[in-house]
Amino acid sequence: MIEKPVLIRDDGLRHDGRKPEDLRPIKMQVGILKNADGSAYVEYGKTKVVAAVYGPREVHPRHLALPDRALIRCRYHMAPFSTSDRKSPAPSRREIELSKVIREALEAVIFSELYPRTSIDIFIEVLQADGGTRTTGLTAASLALADAGIPMRDLIAGVAVGKVDGVLVLDIDEVEDEYGEADMPIGYAASIDEIMLLQLNGVLTPEEFKKAIELAKEGARKIYDQMKKTLHDKYLKIIEK
Amino acid sequence: MSLTPTKQPIIPRIKRETIKSLIRSGERIDGRKPEEYRKIQVWLNPVPKAEGSALVKLGDTTVMTGTKLEIGTPFSDRPDEGVLQVHAEFVPLASPSFEPGPPDENAIEAARVVDRCLREPRAVKLEDLVIIPGKKVWLVFNDIYLLDHDGNVIDASMLSTMLALNMAKIPKIVSIEDDNVIIDKSIKERPLPINLNVVTVSIGILEGYMIVDPTLEEEIVLDTKIVIGVDEKGRIVGIQKTGMEGIKPSQLDDIIELALKKAQELHAILREVLNNPNAYTTPLVLQ
Amino acid sequence: MSNNLKILVADRQIVRPGDILAVMEQKIAKPMYNPEKHVYIYEDKIVSAVLGLASITDNDISVIPLEGRYFPRVGDTVIGLVVGVGITNWILDIRAPYKAILNAGEVIENFSPITTNLRDYIDVGDYIVAKIAVFDRTRDLLLTVKGKGLGKITEGIVIEIEPSRVPRVIGKKGSMLNLLTSKTGCNILVAQNGVVWIRCKDEKSSEIAVKAIRLIESRAHMRGLTEHVRMFLDKELA
Repeated sequence: MIEKPVLIRDDGLRHDGRKPEDLRPIKMQVGILKNADGSAYVEYGKTKVVAAVYGPREVHPRHLALPDRALIRCRYHMAPFSTSDRKSPAPSRREIELSKVIREALEAVIFSELYPRTSIDIFIEVLQADGGTRTTGLTAASLALADAGIPMRDLIAGVAVGKVDGVLVLDIDEVEDEYGEADMPIGYAASIDEIMLLQLNGVLTPEEFKKAIELAKEGARKIYDQMKKTLHDKYLKIIEK
Repeated sequence: MSLTPTKQPIIPRIKRETIKSLIRSGERIDGRKPEEYRKIQVWLNPVPKAEGSALVKLGDTTVMTGTKLEIGTPFSDRPDEGVLQVHAEFVPLASPSFEPGPPDENAIEAARVVDRCLREPRAVKLEDLVIIPGKKVWLVFNDIYLLDHDGNVIDASMLSTMLALNMAKIPKIVSIEDDNVIIDKSIKERPLPINLNVVTVSIGILEGYMIVDPTLEEEIVLDTKIVIGVDEKGRIVGIQKTGMEGIKPSQLDDIIELALKKAQELHAILREVLNNPNAYTTPLVLQ
Repeated sequence: MSNNLKILVADRQIVRPGDILAVMEQKIAKPMYNPEKHVYIYEDKIVSAVLGLASITDNDISVIPLEGRYFPRVGDTVIGLVVGVGITNWILDIRAPYKAILNAGEVIENFSPITTNLRDYIDVGDYIVAKIAVFDRTRDLLLTVKGKGLGKITEGIVIEIEPSRVPRVIGKKGSMLNLLTSKTGCNILVAQNGVVWIRCKDEKSSEIAVKAIRLIESRAHMRGLTEHVRMFLDKELA
């Protein structure tokens, strides 16, 4: 068994030098794929995710079409090379669950009733996994939907709060997730102030939970602002050209 | 791939409105109060061939859980621990909308939520399940079987899981030669070691109104649902938001408070059953 | 809207889903989405639902989307590509999430499926200018070609543009399209589904018209775009 690494150093900083309330360096780009109606690439530190949106388009097979709204399909998937040990490309139970919670989060913002008998298909591929893949994926999917011009109530920013060595920290990476005491991913629509995704894997006291939510909202708001800027800059760049 | 549900039972619009307006006025379609669970009935060890089992009826939702113990190898990164695996099957006999086949996303989600709520607070004492460190340990298979679906499957699954695990007895090890472990399942040696009990409390939300233990009809009408795992010590040991609408962050404090309160009641029921197991051996289905 | 607005964005500013565009004096009881204006209204806020440009007119605000597929409306003029021929109808791809149907009776007088082969009139691969006659969201979408300027395309060139750019290529009260046609001397039809039919007297002007349309498409959000296009056309045609 590998020895548990020191997650909070004597100086109070995390194993990678971040303060508890720091995000990893975050990068975003939209409109990166030619074929998709909308697409985005997002990095949270070493976690790299690409998302694509197709639709609204005809539903295949047709019997799945819903008479009063669009069918939303979402696949969260990890590339076989995204992890240290090769991951089987067949969907795991974990991926099936995460596809569901990400879809449900996005259903909460998409105006699906505008497009009866169509489908809106959302594909999330994790290219490299280093913790926070579902939250990075949710951010990327939300950007890709905006890039596809799908009407939505708001954007959703994903971020996880963890508890490591007894300290609540923002945007945990793989090491912190593996050796920490708790991992709480959230998806937050900052403008309309609603939590669209919420999970807790770990043990927290009710007081810790309250603090964790505040920390997560704060982090999500920063990511949300960067998402807005990314969408804005796509058009600004064209103006400058 | 996860799809918008296409096979939800259809509830007449007029009934939907009735369910909604009742919730808005602090009532429920089945006469319950917003913060009231349905009647909970328990049948311990309905399947003696399993090392432990329990059937729980939560209103008309019926869940049977069987715990099986086998000898196997531990995970390489946890050589000094037994292995716990939770699976759930939503079999077609439980609902007209279920189909045969591998577990769908709802069954997988239910199993994984129960699994996490057990694993994180170390509900099962896995370190006491080692036979030969790094080589042979007890594998605990906890299989949740949904027999009748009338909503709030996760709370019923968690209750029946906790009871089945508490009922489970470890078979006798007859001999160990080299790495070969021979067991005799007819002789039960000791109970499966449990550190603490865990329950989940599912809270449905409609336009900001909270109800606990929603029926299937209520679940279909609700905006969203949040499942909160709570251990005996009153700690939060897992959360899963499900459903296609958001939650106002300002409501979370009320949700947690309600969950902690209802968890105490469920823990009291578990204690009552586990302290008087002989009172709960009446077959629930043959009455 | 009788409700007075405090507008928080500038005209033609880039806005994104969730951006608060304006605040109303009174709160509304139930959140609502306005599909024509692409805004979501809740409490006292008017929020953009899409990535687009804010458009402000006398105490009202809407968003012109910069992205998105074509979504059909009855009365729209579209250019469709024939992708299938049935016994009594043609099936057209109009770049919408729904297949469009053109019934044989629209094209052939006294149509009889026994004596007529539809392929003799319109075949797979043909472009058709049509109007959307019926679209009620539950059945297939029906087209009509009865009307001036509708029917099979037999000459010129057809290009596809982003459907969200159609309003810019046409311009306010057709100003951009007028500029294009008057300078190049071409006949240009901009269909609502982002398909453009161009007929010119020579190849050179046709080439310039296409370039100008591509320019408008890529800089749809730019201020002073009409002037920019005028200068481009003057330079190219000189």
